[in-house]
Amino acid sequence: MPIEIPKDKWPGSVKKVTLGATTAEGGTRSRSVTVGGQTTLPYLLFEAPTPNKPVVAIEIKSHKPDDWSPLLGEVWGDAMNDPAQWAKKAEEAGADIIVLALTLADSPEDAVKAVKSVLGATGLPLIVWGPGQAEKDNDLLVPIAEATKGEKIMLGICEDKNYRTIVATAMANGHVVQARTPMDVNLAKQLNILITDMGLPADRVIMDPTTGALGYGIEYGYSVMERLRLAALQGDGMTQLPMLVTPGFEAWKAKESKVGEGVPEAWGDWKARAIHWETLTAMALVESGADIIVLRHPESVKRVKDAVEELVAA
Amino acid sequence: MALSGIQIYKMLPQTNCKECGFPTCLAFAMKLAAKQVELSACPYVSDASKKQLAESAAPPIRLVTLKAGTEVKAGNEVVMFRHEKTFYNKPGVFIRVKASDADAAKKVAAADAYKVNYVGMDFVIDGFAVEADGGDFVGAVKAVRDATKRPLILIAKDVALLDSALSLLAGESALIYSADASNYEAFADVAKKHKASLVVTGDSLDALADLTQKIQAKGVEDIVLDLGGKNLSEWLQRSTQARRLAIKSNFRALGYPVIFFAGQNGAAKEPVYAAQAISKYAGFVVLDTFTPELAYALLVLRENIYTDPQKPIQVQPGIYEINSPKPESPVLITTNFSITYFAVANEVEGSGLPAWLVVCDAEGMSVLTAWAAGKFDAERIAKAIKSFNVADKVSKKRVVLPGHVAVLSGELEAELPDWEIRVGPREAVDLPGFMKQALN
Ligand code: B12
Ligand code: SF4
Repeated sequence: MPIEIPKDKWPGSVKKVTLGATTAEGGTRSRSVTVGGQTTLPYLLFEAPTPNKPVVAIEIKSHKPDDWSPLLGEVWGDAMNDPAQWAKKAEEAGADIIVLALTLADSPEDAVKAVKSVLGATGLPLIVWGPGQAEKDNDLLVPIAEATKGEKIMLGICEDKNYRTIVATAMANGHVVQARTPMDVNLAKQLNILITDMGLPADRVIMDPTTGALGYGIEYGYSVMERLRLAALQGDGMTQLPMLVTPGFEAWKAKESKVGEGVPEAWGDWKARAIHWETLTAMALVESGADIIVLRHPESVKRVKDAVEELVAA
Repeated sequence: MALSGIQIYKMLPQTNCKECGFPTCLAFAMKLAAKQVELSACPYVSDASKKQLAESAAPPIRLVTLKAGTEVKAGNEVVMFRHEKTFYNKPGVFIRVKASDADAAKKVAAADAYKVNYVGMDFVIDGFAVEADGGDFVGAVKAVRDATKRPLILIAKDVALLDSALSLLAGESALIYSADASNYEAFADVAKKHKASLVVTGDSLDALADLTQKIQAKGVEDIVLDLGGKNLSEWLQRSTQARRLAIKSNFRALGYPVIFFAGQNGAAKEPVYAAQAISKYAGFVVLDTFTPELAYALLVLRENIYTDPQKPIQVQPGIYEINSPKPESPVLITTNFSITYFAVANEVEGSGLPAWLVVCDAEGMSVLTAWAAGKFDAERIAKAIKSFNVADKVSKKRVVLPGHVAVLSGELEAELPDWEIRVGPREAVDLPGFMKQALN
């Protein structure tokens, strides 16, 4: 007797969000990227196809970072001195999106220049992160949003402290926002409510639920994402947004990736370990529903993209 | 499927004799259904009812235990998502070697000796799989058994070979691979003879369910499923379906742990395949590659996914002595979240520099989480310093705060007026450098 496979039928679905505007759409990107649209849990193709597969973004910085692992210096080389070069190399390495992270040292003029040079160097959609201090973020992101009106870039990182300014400029200039909350379903919902209450349509918001690296709290991020996605499918409108995660940022902060010497022998080969750290952090988050996966090392990009291809293949 | 109180009541004597401590059999039945009492409290239940009740209480996924010098358990899971309760039995990580490989025993010995510490816990490889591939299988099993005391999985098509190899493993519970529709009778017999657990393979869940029932009818209960599937997608779907059928539909024929071979599509994909298997319901994960860096990453992932979401891993608050501190050694402050404690303790220990590490009760949270939650503030830190009598141990009243909570230094000065408050680096990696340069 054939077994009847229990299938979930959900009342809700995830919204589709598009990043980047092509010339026809009022921007200059050679293509745009759409994520979201899921009607069931990740990759359960026996219930529904995956309408838009998760994409990989590569994180680059406006200035060569001095605190990144030397292993990353090895692969990106001199390109790290020039965001445009770096973005080009990232595109070659398979990025679907570029993340440009600004630093505290950037003036608004420098930041706008860096963004323009990256837009000029690649046709990929762009995400721009402020340096992570609410006031400074606002100082940099507002002029950038104005200078790139219509490009549909994503502005980050939009938190409870600074969402007003960033949302307002995203609304005025046709951009998307990256809404970050610290690993909590209710905080994520709350921020989405605040943002949409200002009048930004929900299909211009991507949630960043925050993640920890493998060994450093990934289990919290993993479960919060599973819970957010379940809530979305159950019909909770304020959780029905695609999710962005930053395993590259988190994993390369971990000692396992950063340091090659003076670590236990049982940790094995440094380079292989660092890549495993980033890839496995990413992979766990892919399983729990990530839509945009921000990475740093080209080898991890390749592995995660291969895995995603397999997961969406019928 | 768990029975309701009424269903249980029907199986009780219904005499309301009160010996169980409840006024009526129904009241007792309700408590039983809620798993708040043991059936043994009623002296009058019939054997038939006992059997039926025990069956209904059986876990939806059977617990399968492999045993040799050590033990590996799989199964007994009750939820689809870890946040619903927790995942219980961490998937056993096994390394596969081939009988024809002259270095098989050497490889096993190397992996067997592997041990890695993660936040105070030692992780090891759980066992080994030996595959018959034309070489001297029985000889290889013997050599592997000499190289490790851990449980074994034996992989062969020839039942006679398995029979001889299993004879070497008397007193153990091995796992044999694998029975399919064409050979299950002979495999079941040999499994039964040697008290081994048995993997079944089939190209659909229907086929597998059919087989497990037949094998059970032959008296083998400890079954493990190989769900097949050619890529990540198929595997994820099948393992989700099998888990759902077992847990949600109480479908006993698939209520068994699952085994997954992570190297099946090549070494390049193995890390990612194993990672998916760990998050998505495998009970045994077999690797073809053993490297310390991969083992470490996978064992940490497994630990993280199987951590009970209700209880962050914690250490006991208190004052910890690192590298035999003296009265003039520095006092460092941190929280009792295991990951935080070990990040700091390992750095300091590795540097060889002596220190007193004061671990505050921050309810098992990291520095910033605890700070944001109000569980790691000046008051709590001061309380820890006082209650652990830190002042009696040191000659220099100076404490070092984690750099991430530099904002606390003012308040802490007010709480501890006769102490010097210093702000350390943000990351523990930079502590040794800081201790050498800034603390003298
Ligand atoms: C995992 C996590 C959680 C988990 C908790 C895990 C736990 N048991 O602690 C959960 C999901 C429960 C959680 C909850 C919250 N979180 Co939280 N969480 C994180 C996360 C992702 C990782 C924290 C972690 O484990 N780090 C690893 C450990 C090892 O780091 P650590 O303790 O800081 O230790 C390092 C250093 O401090 C240093 N160090 C430690 N001790 C010492 C001592 C000395 C002397 C020195 C020199 C150095 C040193 O060494 C270590 C290694 O370098 C961070 C963001 C991030 N990616 O960092 C947010 C984060 C800490 N959380 C945050 C917040 C706001 C919260 C909540 C208040 C939000 C909410 N939901 O209400 C709650 C609070 C808890 C509550 N109300 O119950 C914020 C804090 C914001 C801020 N800057 O103040 C963060 C930074 C996220 C963010 N960017 O907003 N969180
Ligand atoms: S001891 Fe047994 S028979 Fe007596 S009341 Fe309790 S359940 Fe009923």
